[in-house]
Formats: sequence, C-alpha cells, structure tokens
Amino acid sequence: MLIIRDLYVEVSGKEILKGVNLEINEGETLILFGANGSGKTSLLLTVMGFSNYKITQGEIVYKGRVINDLPINKRARMGIGISLQRPPVVRGVKTRQMVDIASEGSADPEDLAARLHLTDFLDRDINLGFSGGEMKRSELLQLIAQSPSLVLLDEPESGVDLENMDLVGEVINKLLEKHLHRQRKRSGLIITHTGYILNYLEADRGCVLLNGRIGCLGNPREILEDIRQRGYKECVVCNR
Amino acid sequence: MKKIDELAKEAISKPAALGRDIAIEKFSQTTEEYPYLEDLSSLNEEDKSRMVEAGIEASEKGRSGTFVQMDHSVIHEGCHQEGLEIISITSALEKHDWLQDYFWKAVPVNMDKYTAAAHLAPHHGYFIRSLPGAKSIFPLQACLFIGKKGLGQNVHNVIIAEEGSELNIITGCTTARHIKEGLHIGISEFYVKKGARISFTMIHSWAEEVMVRPRTATIVEEGGVFLSNYICLKPVKSLQMYPVSRLVGPGAMARYNSILYAHPGSHLDVGSRVILSAPQTRAEVIARTISSGGEIIARGHLVGEVPGIKAHLECRGLILKDGLIHAIPELEGKVADIDMSHEAAVGKINQEEIEYLMARGLSAGEATAAIVRGFMDVGIMGLPGPLAKEIDKAIKSCEEESL
Repeated sequence: MLIIRDLYVEVSGKEILKGVNLEINEGETLILFGANGSGKTSLLLTVMGFSNYKITQGEIVYKGRVINDLPINKRARMGIGISLQRPPVVRGVKTRQMVDIASEGSADPEDLAARLHLTDFLDRDINLGFSGGEMKRSELLQLIAQSPSLVLLDEPESGVDLENMDLVGEVINKLLEKHLHRQRKRSGLIITHTGYILNYLEADRGCVLLNGRIGCLGNPREILEDIRQRGYKECVVCNR
Repeated sequence: MKKIDELAKEAISKPAALGRDIAIEKFSQTTEEYPYLEDLSSLNEEDKSRMVEAGIEASEKGRSGTFVQMDHSVIHEGCHQEGLEIISITSALEKHDWLQDYFWKAVPVNMDKYTAAAHLAPHHGYFIRSLPGAKSIFPLQACLFIGKKGLGQNVHNVIIAEEGSELNIITGCTTARHIKEGLHIGISEFYVKKGARISFTMIHSWAEEVMVRPRTATIVEEGGVFLSNYICLKPVKSLQMYPVSRLVGPGAMARYNSILYAHPGSHLDVGSRVILSAPQTRAEVIARTISSGGEIIARGHLVGEVPGIKAHLECRGLILKDGLIHAIPELEGKVADIDMSHEAAVGKINQEEIEYLMARGLSAGEATAAIVRGFMDVGIMGLPGPLAKEIDKAIKSCEEESL
C-alpha cells in the first residue's frame, strides 16, 4: 500500500526526516511513536503532500506509484486521508460542506454527523470554536465521508473526553475495517503520544521515529511498555 | 435660518471630506426622456439581465412594489400591497406637503458639492413609506439605471417606516452593459419610527469608469431597527460613501453589513458610522473586503454618547493579489459605562486553509473559491430569506467572472 524509501524532508530549510524507511501493507495498521519534535507529524504531512514539507531525497510510493510530485488533492482522490492534529479554522466554510467535499456529494452529512454526535456542528464554520475533542471528531467525520484506503491519523485521541473515547475508538476501528479480517483492505498510519488509543484499537505493528529515522519496529504494545518504563532515551541507546 | 437653496449654492464647490474630488460639470446633466412602461418585461433583455445582477426582477415576481429610474426618467413605479407606498420623490413631494419636513433633515444639504448638486439639479429618486403597523410581505425594489454614456445622475430618496411597520427593500444601481462612464450621486434619508424596522439591501453593479457618491443617513427612534446590507462586487472607478445612523430612541438598533470587492483599477472608500445617543441602543458594523488588485479603504466609526450602549465593529480584509486594503476602525466613547469593541484583520488567504481543503479533495483553485465564497458568506448576517438570496446571486455572478 505505502512504501517510503530513504526519505529526507526539510521544513523551512531545516532537515527533519533523515532517511526514513517504512512499509505499510494492505490491511495493516502501524503505530508511530516518538518524542515531541521527532518528526512524526512531518512524516504524515509529507505523505499527504503539504507544501511546507520539502522532499530532498527518497521517494514515497503509494499503490505502486511514486507520488512525490502529486498535488494534495490528487493524493486524496487516490485514497489517502488525513486527520490533522490541529486543523485550521476556515471561516464561512461549513462542516456540512467539508463532508460534501470529502465524499464528493455521496455521503449523507446528517447521518454521519449523528454517528459522531456532531449534528449541531454541521452548519458551523469548520473548526471555529471547536474544542480539541470536537475537532478530532470532526476530522473523523470528514474521513468517514472520504472513505480513504490509507488513513493517516495524527494523535486522534488527544483532547477527546472520556465520554467520547469509546466512540472515537469505534469509528477508527470501522475506518480501518477492523471488523473484516481476511478481506481487510484499509491501512492505517497512526501517531500516538500517549499510546492511549491502543486500548481501543488492534494495531499490527509499531515503530519509533527518532532523530528523523525509524527504529524499533515491533509489537506496538511492547514498544509502548518499553517507552513507559524507560522513556525515549532508551531508544537512543538501543538503536534497534 | 438660511434656506436650503442658499446653503446648497454655497456648498456647490465644497469638496467632500473623503474621496478624490470629482469634476461634476464634466458629466452630462441633460438627456432624453424615456417613455413610461406599464410592463417592465418589455425592457430589452440586456437591460433586464443587468438589473438582475443588481437584484432587480423585471417580472416583479416576489416583490411588493417596484420603482425604476433610467437616466433622468422614471420609467416604472407601482405597489401591490396595502399600507406601502413606492413612488418617485418628485410625485411624492407634490402629493405630501409634510414630506418637506423629512427632506434634507438626516443628510445636510451643504455636506459637500455632491449633496449640493443633488439639490440644485435633482433628477428624481424614490420615496418609500410603510404606514403604521404595515409589514411588507415581499421586498420592495428600486432600480437606478444609467443608460447614457458620461451621464450625471443625481437622485434623492426618502424612506420612512412609520410606527410599528416593517420594510424590506432591495435597491439595485447599475448601468447598461455598453456604458462604462458616468457619475451617480444618491442621497438617501431613512426614518425608522418607534418600533419600526427597515431591512435595506443595496447592490451596486457599476462599470469600470463610473464614479459614485452616495450620501446616506438614518434616524432610528425608540425600539426601531435598521439593517443595512451593502454589496459592491463589480468594477467601479471611484466610490466613496460613509453612511451614518443616529440611534436617538432608547433600545434602537442598527446593523451594517458590507461586502466589497475591488478589481484592478477600482477605488472604494466605504465606511459605516453609528452614533448611539440613547440608552440601551445597539450597533454592529461588519465589513468583508476583498481586493484582487484594487484599493479599499474600509472605515468604521462608533460613537457612544450615553451609558449602557453596546456596539461592535468588525472588518476583515482579504488581499487575493496585489491591491490594497486599509482598515480604519474608530471607537469614540464619550461617557463611562459603555461597551464598544472592534476587530480588524487584513491578510491573504492562508495556504494552510487551502491545503486543508485540498486534503479533502478540492483542487487549489476550487479550494480558493470555496474560501473566498465562505469569506463573503452572508449566513452570518441573519438576513430575511429573499434578500439573502439576492446577495447570494450577486456573489455567484461575481465569482464566475473573477475566479
């Protein structure tokens, strides 16, 4: 589904990713751990194609095609979808409109919004005055509408209150077709800082992004446990 | 006291406080008279389509009454609802002796050379009135049309909502499609009586070389509401106006919404001023300005004269490319215990917003259009349905041309 080869990325002239190698297979969910500022968000935004993230070396291959030079919207229409950690406010553009855009008019905004307890947000300017948790649910709402093959989630649980955590977990599981087994097609790349999302989601693999490179590929729960006990310092030493 | 005529004569060379000076005499003051039309649908299709762009329906469908002036001729007037009146100001002055008491009472005749010219060389204008308690079911519409090249058109309008009545008005000002030059001077005096309400939407759809100098003032009495929506999305050479509302009765309210779009070569100097001089009065001034190469000076001035008033001013500007937007918000508090605020922001479209919409599947161009459209969104303005629809149409037609 997604192959990242020797990827170097600069943001405003500063090198953030320094030779990332990563592969996500069809139907697989990968958890990306990493300390603050390690470049996790940069990796996701580079895969989506945001213009601040300049690829200086390496390639991103999606569904067999190098997408380094594809505009964001082409990537979206090819099936890459993203939930941003801090999505921008777009005044005058309503949540309902975002659902229509993402689904190309094929989704019923009322129905989807009801599932995410966002009915009252449909006719509000997107992200304007939304709490952290509301933004996360609104991002998921747009993702369900888009129904992407590769789901990129940047800390989907941060800011979500306990009451809605079950709901968010359930929606992410559905997005990633966790209810299907052999026929599962959807893949996921999920950033988590706290690892909290693992209580709600079966992930296949985990890895740690450290100093702009991927290390420590393995069982996500074990990685999380390691980080909990020894912190990211250990990853530096371990260098697996 | 000096007579109005004298005051006007003294002011005939007086430049305006704001805006570039216009040589009025360069514009023709005479033109042929057009015949009166019983049925507006007999107008040629081109003129009708220009009117539609300014929110005017030649079919009069969904309108309570209509007034149309072409150059210096009133070509149609009529009202279909009891309790409302819409006729030319010239006929109204003949018909109602008392109308003199409202003439040049809100706008001073010697304000500048444009007010003076409108008095000394008047070319009609309209009179609209709702009787006490009458409520317009559909909007009334008034159209001021320039069909002759280089013409000066001086109109004077008086609008009165008597006690407890309600008026919805759409005014469309435009030129014939082939006309690029002209001067429009429009005096408008609004009187909102006790408990009355006026929703006034003005759509300007001028041309590249047209100069425009509206002079507008409103007096709002106790519990009255004045809602003004001003839309100018088409090119215009020079437009300067600074309408003012005086809230003189307790609990009176005024709200101004403006949507301005400056094309290359256009210069717009537009503001809204509210003087809150009675207790519990409220005002809101909202402007959305966009430049794709032209210049906009977006002014706003709130004056709080008594305790207990509340007023807010908001100006947002978007520079698409080049151009200039100069926001000048002013708050003037004259006593303690008032609540006045403003916010102003000028900038370009945030790349992050464009890319956010692109991540949902829109192309860069589509994303920009959606953001600009959202920026001009009138949903925020809480307009009555039919008026909102007119504005929507005007925005759409502008969008198609410029994006």
